[in-house]
Order: sequence, then C-alpha cells, then structure tokens
Amino acid sequence: MQIAPILAALRKHRLATVLIALEIALACAVLCNACFIIASRLSAMHVESGIDEPALATVQLTGYDPSQSVDVDARALAALRAVPGVQSVTLLNSIPFGARRGTAGITTDAERQHFGGVIEFYVGAPGSLDALGSRIVAGRGPRPEDFQPFTGFMPNEANVQITQALADHLWPGVDPLGKEFWMLKSHYRVVGVLKTLVRPDPPGWTPQERLWSVFVPAQPGPYLTGSYLLRADPKEMPRVMRDALAAVARALPEVVIDRDASQTLTDLRHETFRNDRIMAGLMLGVIAALLLVTALGIVGLASFWVAQRRKQIGVRRALGATRGDILRYFQTENFLIVSLGIALGMLLAYALNVALMQVYELPRLPLAYLPVGALALWVLGQLSVLAPALRAAAVPPVVATRSV
Amino acid sequence: MFTYYFDLALRSLKRNKVLTALMVLAIAVGIGASMTTLTVMHLLSGDPLPGRSGHIYYPQVDATPAGYTKGGPLDMLDYRSAVDLWSARRADRQALIAGSDVKVSAPGSNQPPVMRPMLATTADFFPMFDVPFRYGSSWTTADDAARARVAVISASLNDRLFGGRNSVGRTLHLKDSDVRIVGVLDAWRPSPLFYDVRGGRFAQGQTAGFYGKPEDVFMPFFGALEVNAGNFWQFTCWGKVTTPGRLQNQPCVWVGLWVQLESASRAADYRAFIASYAREQKALGRFAETRVRMMHLMQWLDFNHVVPSDVKLQTWLAFAFLAICLFNTIGLLLAKFLRRGGEIGVRRALGASRRAVFAQCLVEAGVVGLVGGIGGWLLTLAGLWLVRRQPVEYADMAHLDLGMFGVTFALAIAASLLAGVLPALRASRVTPALQLKTL
Repeated sequence: MQIAPILAALRKHRLATVLIALEIALACAVLCNACFIIASRLSAMHVESGIDEPALATVQLTGYDPSQSVDVDARALAALRAVPGVQSVTLLNSIPFGARRGTAGITTDAERQHFGGVIEFYVGAPGSLDALGSRIVAGRGPRPEDFQPFTGFMPNEANVQITQALADHLWPGVDPLGKEFWMLKSHYRVVGVLKTLVRPDPPGWTPQERLWSVFVPAQPGPYLTGSYLLRADPKEMPRVMRDALAAVARALPEVVIDRDASQTLTDLRHETFRNDRIMAGLMLGVIAALLLVTALGIVGLASFWVAQRRKQIGVRRALGATRGDILRYFQTENFLIVSLGIALGMLLAYALNVALMQVYELPRLPLAYLPVGALALWVLGQLSVLAPALRAAAVPPVVATRSV
Repeated sequence: MFTYYFDLALRSLKRNKVLTALMVLAIAVGIGASMTTLTVMHLLSGDPLPGRSGHIYYPQVDATPAGYTKGGPLDMLDYRSAVDLWSARRADRQALIAGSDVKVSAPGSNQPPVMRPMLATTADFFPMFDVPFRYGSSWTTADDAARARVAVISASLNDRLFGGRNSVGRTLHLKDSDVRIVGVLDAWRPSPLFYDVRGGRFAQGQTAGFYGKPEDVFMPFFGALEVNAGNFWQFTCWGKVTTPGRLQNQPCVWVGLWVQLESASRAADYRAFIASYAREQKALGRFAETRVRMMHLMQWLDFNHVVPSDVKLQTWLAFAFLAICLFNTIGLLLAKFLRRGGEIGVRRALGASRRAVFAQCLVEAGVVGLVGGIGGWLLTLAGLWLVRRQPVEYADMAHLDLGMFGVTFALAIAASLLAGVLPALRASRVTPALQLKTL
C-alpha cells in the first residue's frame, strides 16, 4: 500500500482532515478520562469491608434520654434476641456503611505534636467484633476485662485493635503491637491488628483512608446505646429484619425507630455507593453518545469524499486497481487521520486530566488508559469507514468513461 | 432577502435528508447534554435570596485555644460569643441558629412519634430571610426572651400531622414538652439551604447535602435549648465533651449567627464591632486569638464550595461533548456546502457577491441550529426528567425555567452559526470559473 498518494490527497483536503482529527483528539481525551473516572468509582464501590456483610443488619433507635439507656437497651436486646433466626445482637456505635458516630483525629504522642490522621472509632460491646466477622491477623482480640464502662464520647483508656492499613500508615515497617495513640487526652494501646475493617462512609476518603478504623471495647451505657448489630443466616435475612423491626416497635412503643438507618448491611452498602453508581452510569452514557457522534461524523465525511471522488475511483479501477485496492485506500486514509487525532488526543487527555486533578482531586491518569483509548478509536474509525469504503469499491470502472 | 435564503436553506436541507439528519442529531445531542447539566448548575449555583443576599452577613470570631486552627475562625460560634454578639443588637436584624433532631408527635394522634430536624432560632430569622407563611406568623422578640414554648412548623409537617389544615393554636408534643403552634410555613425551598451551609471546604466536593429541605420545626432559640436539651449537634469541639447535646458550657462551636446590615457603612461598623469584641475577649483571657471573619452570603457560599464537584465534572464533560458535536457539524456542513460548488459557482457567475453566498450559507447553518435546538430542548426535558428520578437532594428542583428555555435555543443557534462560519467562508471563496467548467 502506497501512503504517499493518500497523503497528497489529504493535503488537498487539509481543512476536513484537520477537523476530523480534532474531533477524534477530543473524543480520545474525554474517552480516556471518562473511562478512568468509571474505573476509580468502580474500585471505590468494590472496597473490601472485612466483615460478613450478608449476615449482618442493624437496628437504630433514637428519641429517648441517655439516662434511660439501660432500660431501653435491655428491652430492645430481649425483643431482638427473641426473634427466630437471630444468631446474635450486640451494641456497636458506628456501623460499616451506616451510622457514623466515632470520627476523630488522633496523634501518636501525648503532647499532640504528631498528627496521625482522622480515623473511625468503632466502640463496641462484648461480642460485637466477633459478630462483625473481622479477622485478627496479629496480636489478640478483646478480652472480657478490656470492656469497661465509660462516659463521654469515648473511653478514656483502652486496649484496642486497629486495621492493618492504619498500622501501616501510623508506623510503617514497624510492629504496631504495643504502640500507643491519643485522641485529645484519651489514650489507647494497640493489642491486635485486624485484616481490614472499612469506615462507615468510604466515599469521600482516599483508597487508603477508607480503611483507617479502630475497634474500642466498652460496656454499654448512656453513650453506647440504641445502635444494634444483628447477625443472622443470610438466607433468612429479609424475614429476620422484618420481624426484628416489628418486635422492637411492639416492645418499645415510646422510642423512635430510625427506619432509614435500620437496614441490612447489604442494603446500606448499596445506598452508600448510590452517587458513584449514578456517576459511572452517566459516564457510560457519555462514552456511548460520544462514540456514536464521532462515528456519524466519520461516516458523513467519508461518504462525501467517496461521492466527490467517484470519477477518480472509476479511473483507478479502469487502470487496473482491484476492488480491494480501493477499499484499502479508504481504510488506510481513515487509519492515518485517526492516528493523527489519537496522537493529539493523548496530549489532550493528559492536559484534561491535569486540569481535572486540580479542580476535583482526581488521581493522575495511568498511562495504560491511553493505548486502550487509542485502540477503541482505531476500531471505531475502521468500522465507520467500512460502509462508505465498500460503496467506493463498488464504483464500476465504466464511470471513468462518462463525462470526463 | 432573509426569507428567500431561509426558503433556499429549507430546500437544500430537504435535498440531502441523511446528512441533514446527522447534523441536526449532533447539535441536538450536544445541546441536550450541555443544557441538562447547565440547568442543574444554574439551579445549584444561583442566589438563594435574590436582591437581599448582599445585605446578609455571617460574622465569625475564634474561641479556640492558641494554635488549634490554622487560618481563620471555625465555621460556627461557641455559645457565649454567639449570645454576646446577638444580644448586642448592633445589626439591623440578627438571628442565632442551632440544629438538632427532635422527637415530634401530635397529642391525640395515633401516629407513632418521629424524629424531625428542628432549628432553634430567633424571631428575626423569618423577616430577614423572607420566609413565607401559609397560616399564622412568626413569634415575637418577647417570646425569644421569655423562652416561650411556641413553634413554627413546615408545610410538609403540617400536612403529615394535621392534614394540611390551619393548625395555628394547636399543640405539638416535642420530646417531653408541649408547645403551641403559632405559624405554618408555605412552600419554601431555598437552593442551597444557605443558612445551614458550613464545613463545605472539608467535604471533598460531596456537598449535595447542602441542597436539602428546610427543617420541619422552628422554635425560639433559648426555649428550644431547654425543650430538646441533650440533642444539639456540635460543628466541632476542641476538648472533652462532658454533656453531649447540652453544649452551652462545652468547648465546642455549634451556634451560627446571621445578621442583616443595610449599608456598606453599617457593615464596616459591624466588622469593627466584632474585631473590638475579639480584642476585649482576648484581654479578658477567654480568647487566644483575635481573628475574625465576616463574609456576605454569596461569599460564604463560595467559600464553602457549595456546588458538588460531581455536578461541575458533569458540566465540563457535557461541554467537551458539545465541542465534539460542533467539530462534527463543521465537517458535515463543509461537505454539504462544497458538494454544491457548482450551484454556488453559477450564483457567483450571475453576480452574487461573496458576502451574499456567505450569508446564505450561514442562514442554512442557522436553520440546522434551530431544528437542532428543538431536538435539544426535548432532550434537555428528557435529561432533567432523568435527574429528577435520581435519589439526590436537589432532584425535585430540576426544572427548565423560561430563562434556560431561551438559553437552549440561543446556545443551539450560536453553536450552529459558529460551526457554519468556516464552511461558509470556504463556500464563498469558490472560484466561479473552475466550477462552471466542470458542470
């Protein structure tokens, strides 16, 4: 295939060539960045929670005075434990993908000089860490004497379990067991490491920060009340949840059940990533529309060129060019234009990413997206030029003899 | 001449239906996408108090210990500073605000109690923010001082508890107290819910929550602190909280103060007032810093980056998409005009000026834009319908108003004319002799 004559022809149609190339370039830039946004949203949606989500649910009570907590918790726990199918009910202040009650900044020294980041404190009663199903990879789980009564936001002093991700962040490369950290004046000592435990609100945190959690053992009381973690067989979950809500409503008519927050963890997770799902869907829509419009543009312009060059095609055919030669001519021409667009588009994709990074805290575009975007556009170009090129190849040589 | 060109344009567009349809489709899709996002942007970045937002200010002082915060004061006030500034009455109007969830039931109703958001505020809140009433009216400043057990409720709570009837004078059970309803609001949906906007710069762009509905219960500030004690929300605290939800003597910021200042000189005076207050408190040893901040409403919204970053991202994408559609249209128009080279050559040979050919081509492009605009308008309506079906806080407000309807067509025609310029220039430069030879 000779490229020189194609380039010569393109030079005659500089304007149209540049237009199509620019369109491809813009499409390439948007395509790469949109794919990247979809991928990052999907990765957020698939964050590993480290807990037995299908087997867990929560019931959230409000509308009573903390001084009534002992009575309310006793009646609620009794009602929930009586529901057939419930394997365990425990108290836990924050719920993964649900209620968020323990977000606070920590320091790794008592003088509050070394800020350790903003983490999630899961304050739980006996049995709650086991119920979550979070695996301990080093050190030990909570012992009965670790669960102490407390007043205020959180216990002043406790032996705690932190996630591996938080340990790596606070003390990289060092054994975290026995290390200490502080939240204001409260003091905590690490006695165990959890494989992973997601925070209640993973969207809005970076992929590392999503897993910065700590489990603080404590006894129920005025400050750890009304937030229950239920464990049941996943297959029976919908019925158990229905029965549990009805049982609490019967047993405690005077308190308010927060029905939006009282759900299975599977449903809460689904809701947590609602916006990310919408955004990913929207991006897919944009990509589809984008590819369609680009393809239509190529079809339109290629058809125009074929119509314009009917006579020249006829002459080439009369001089011995095969149908295949004509077909390949238009295909190569398209390939050259699309390649020009892609070359420009890669620079543009990178520039767009830099602009988005500054405005939206998007990470840098991985280079792997560029060849994928390029391949998609090459395929699109070849597919859309096929119909006009076939029409060109069908031009009979006899056209050359007419009206020249 | 214009009508003649218009007629010619219609004829020419009818001649090649596929190419015309492609162009109209490209413009319509581009306009539909960009107008949908632009309407949402317009909705989210608008002025919630048109005409008066310039007179509404949010004064802030800093009660945190030395070195606790970098930059300016925290987003809300501690109780004592807020009450001091409010009781000084140096502004034309002033309202304190604090938020909590309150347990609500109607005596005699068999509906179970529910938790509803309540705003503890002062009497000036309603006239200052131009809040519409359906029944009754606001409470008085005397009620503020007397810690009166009165309340104003939202239209939706009135519908829920009293079936939408005039409930002024009836009793509402809030937590453990009975309060008398003195007013019922009319439909009121400021966008964003400006007086509750705070902390936006720490929200990493997830600010859709700023566009929620107003609270369901409004109560005189000091009365509400007693009625719903133990449930008030803090913005943040710098020390251990010993009585959560009862924050009057806690190391926390949790009260907002909004003031109305009718002139620039009044605003300057008020600035001087809060600065002197901060110096005085530092002299008394209660403040470590004398930093103050006072922004007017729109500055404060801007400072809090109220428009969610997802919405901004969508708008960028939509306009990139419109640009692609435009390139597409330029290419197709070029193809269309140049294919008519012979026809244009004849016109030029018969004496038409370049300007006339250019005008004729532009009219044709404009007609494409007009038809594309109609398609774009329909697609925008469809797009907004999709937005309304999304579970986001501002979904119910996504409608195309008259202004944006006009913008749709203006944008469509402007885009198509822009796309038409280059091809029309090319067409007007056709050499008549060369074209006539090939006819």
